Amino acid sequence: MLNYFSQPWPWYIGGPLIALVLFLLVWTGKSFGMSSNLRTLCSAMGAGGKVPFFRFEWKRQSWNLAVAAGTIVGGFIASQFLSSTTAVALSTDTIEKLYVFGFTDAGQSFMPEYLFGADMLSQPKSWLLLGMGGFLVGFGARYAGGCTSGHAISGLSNFQWPSLIAVIGFFIGGLFMNHFILPFLF
Amino acid sequence: MRTFIYFSIGILFGVVLFKSEVASWFRIYEMFQFDSFHMYGVIGSAVFCGALSLFLLKKFQVKSILDGEEIRIAPKQNVWKRYLFGGVLFGLGWALAGACPGPMFTLLGAGFWPVLLILFSALLGTYCYGFFRDKLPH
Repeated sequence: MLNYFSQPWPWYIGGPLIALVLFLLVWTGKSFGMSSNLRTLCSAMGAGGKVPFFRFEWKRQSWNLAVAAGTIVGGFIASQFLSSTTAVALSTDTIEKLYVFGFTDAGQSFMPEYLFGADMLSQPKSWLLLGMGGFLVGFGARYAGGCTSGHAISGLSNFQWPSLIAVIGFFIGGLFMNHFILPFLF
Repeated sequence: MRTFIYFSIGILFGVVLFKSEVASWFRIYEMFQFDSFHMYGVIGSAVFCGALSLFLLKKFQVKSILDGEEIRIAPKQNVWKRYLFGGVLFGLGWALAGACPGPMFTLLGAGFWPVLLILFSALLGTYCYGFFRDKLPH
């Protein structure tokens, strides 16, 4: 049992448990949305002084910051104590495609060494790619009013059609980046 | 006490994101290549179970367990531009950085320090949205 537990979890365990997180947050009178924390953090750091969008009672969102803090600790616990291996069992097709990019650790590690390894600090290109990606995620999530948790999980579960538009947008952007831009970046 | 409850829910979320590999850059790449069912299975079963639980909460008019207030799910706006344009920008970033906001926190805890760069850039992106908000079509 414990042995099974320490293996990567299949989708039919992960998905329902994410739904459980949504359920617990709604049941306690809140909502499921992780990118709101980025706005709250901007506000807490004083962004409201210049930009009205960040002028709100951010302390009322502190429950969500507690969720985010827990998510950090959860990542620590899972990686340190609950994993006998962190290698991701990717499909052979993906491993072969990534090999062409020079990602020789595909299928053997959790994250690509090229972008997330200790050496990336000396790779200006890795900095640029992660920085661009993060910027687009932050900008896009707030523009769309939510991210994967708020729209794809919470919004679709509640049959909100604006969330469906947002999720279609996620895939238009994601597929374009994945198929037409990434091949030129690596 | 409440803070502790939300902190605990967060721990569950963080563990699940790591153990089900949703936080892995590789899994996001694989998803957009349509090479594996894994990510679609995670998102699909989460939406299925989520829809079922929200339906039951509404059907039985369950009150919030913490303060007994009525459970209300905030409606989204009746527009489309912001969802489509914002969604596309988010998707571009998601496929590049391989991390959406939830997994960013998980990966930080798992010790992938370069994620700090993604997180700070995401904060900058959020700030820029707020700055240019009035000039953007919504």
